[in-house]
Amino acid sequence: METIDLSRLIGLWVYPIVIVLMMIGLYIVMAHENLIKKIMGLNIFQVSVIMFYVAVGKVRGGTPPILDPEGPWRETLFSNPLPHVLMLTAIVVGIATTALGLSFVVRIQEAYGTTEEDEIHELDSASANGADEPTA
Amino acid sequence: MQIPIEAILFALLIAMAIVIGRMRDLFAAAMLTGMFSLMSAGLFTLMDAVDVAFTEAAVGAGVSTVLLLGTLSVTRQQERMRPTRPLPLMVVLFTGAALLWGTLDMPAYGDPNAFAHNDITRAFIQGTAETFEIPNAVTAVLGSYRGYDTLGETTVIFAAIVGVMAALGRSHTQPGHHDPVEAGPDAARSHMRMRDKAILRVIAKAFIPFILLFGLYVQFHGDFGPGGGFQAGVIVAAGFVLYGLIFGLDNAERVAPPRIVEIGAALGVLLFAGTGIVNMLQGGMFLDYSTLGAHAGEPMTKEHITHGLHRGLLLIEGGVGITVACSILMIFYQFSGRGRH
Repeated sequence: METIDLSRLIGLWVYPIVIVLMMIGLYIVMAHENLIKKIMGLNIFQVSVIMFYVAVGKVRGGTPPILDPEGPWRETLFSNPLPHVLMLTAIVVGIATTALGLSFVVRIQEAYGTTEEDEIHELDSASANGADEPTA
Repeated sequence: MQIPIEAILFALLIAMAIVIGRMRDLFAAAMLTGMFSLMSAGLFTLMDAVDVAFTEAAVGAGVSTVLLLGTLSVTRQQERMRPTRPLPLMVVLFTGAALLWGTLDMPAYGDPNAFAHNDITRAFIQGTAETFEIPNAVTAVLGSYRGYDTLGETTVIFAAIVGVMAALGRSHTQPGHHDPVEAGPDAARSHMRMRDKAILRVIAKAFIPFILLFGLYVQFHGDFGPGGGFQAGVIVAAGFVLYGLIFGLDNAERVAPPRIVEIGAALGVLLFAGTGIVNMLQGGMFLDYSTLGAHAGEPMTKEHITHGLHRGLLLIEGGVGITVACSILMIFYQFSGRGRH
């Protein structure tokens, strides 16, 4: 079995932190019944995923990938621009999907008068039972 | 031992995330979500992702907070207390452990020899300097090297606002469709109150021209520094949203009629995809902007190619900016139109 190199593990320090953030977001999505709270959790989850990708693109001692085409760009160390591109579009798509989710929350509020998931289920099963009663 | 400033920001972020989870007051949690985004924007800057930080600050701290507050104006602002359940906690712990195990093989944070920074990344940097001759590598990759991706993302945004419009509809064209008694008068009164506040009114009036000007600067300066269509679109939309918040939805809709905003959202995607079609008609490939710099009867020189690329970037960034600005403004209209009678 390979020995665990402690200094190598310390070098990975960002990733466990990002995973903790991610899991807090995931927990909010799963454990909370309030739909708005779920979307907030989803936002936290999304930001941490973005953070993970950006952390992968970071180069120690590097600079932001903005260069001078006539300057000494060959000798400069840049952080990786590719994750930045993918993540900045992901943020804007994220707000669009958040808006879609919140618009469903608004509709649910109008239809059920609540945004708590368990109450919605209760109302659903109550109305299903109510529909059965006249036939029974 | 020196503690990196990233670690401090991370600690604050984790604390905030936990507080957001535990808070019953949804209004306060929404404000904290905005601060969470602003702080993560700071962290992105430290990780050299200036464009990402820019977008996150504008979107996360600005727009998503407005959307959350818009939703809270029609729903209950308190979350009901419930006992903690063990199952989600177990799932989260298990998933977290699995993810941790997966990251053990990763290269160290900031390792310059990591596989992610392979030849193709160096080629992107070199192409930005030599072929595009622009400073911002992110813009070159966004607009050209991964142009298909960006077209896809722009289309997703467009699709999402179509979804929002389908779900919420235009409330003032459908009177009686929802119950306005709960939120309507309140929302109207709060608008009145905002408009009556001289400080808000004066500050907003003074700020809005600068916000719009800054939006245009970010739009057209995207080749040279952090910025571009995504960020500029959000900033321009934020200017209109601020106007709508202070002076009321009716006035905002008079300045930017929803019909035009609707058309604009589609127009931006059309401009982006249309650029690609024009490239094809000119004998190039879809989204190969170099054909835009061709002169009839002359052989293509490197200069022609660079000019074509610049024109292409200008067009597609314009398309992205128009779509993003119109989409976010439309989403704001839909949400705030809901709470009004």
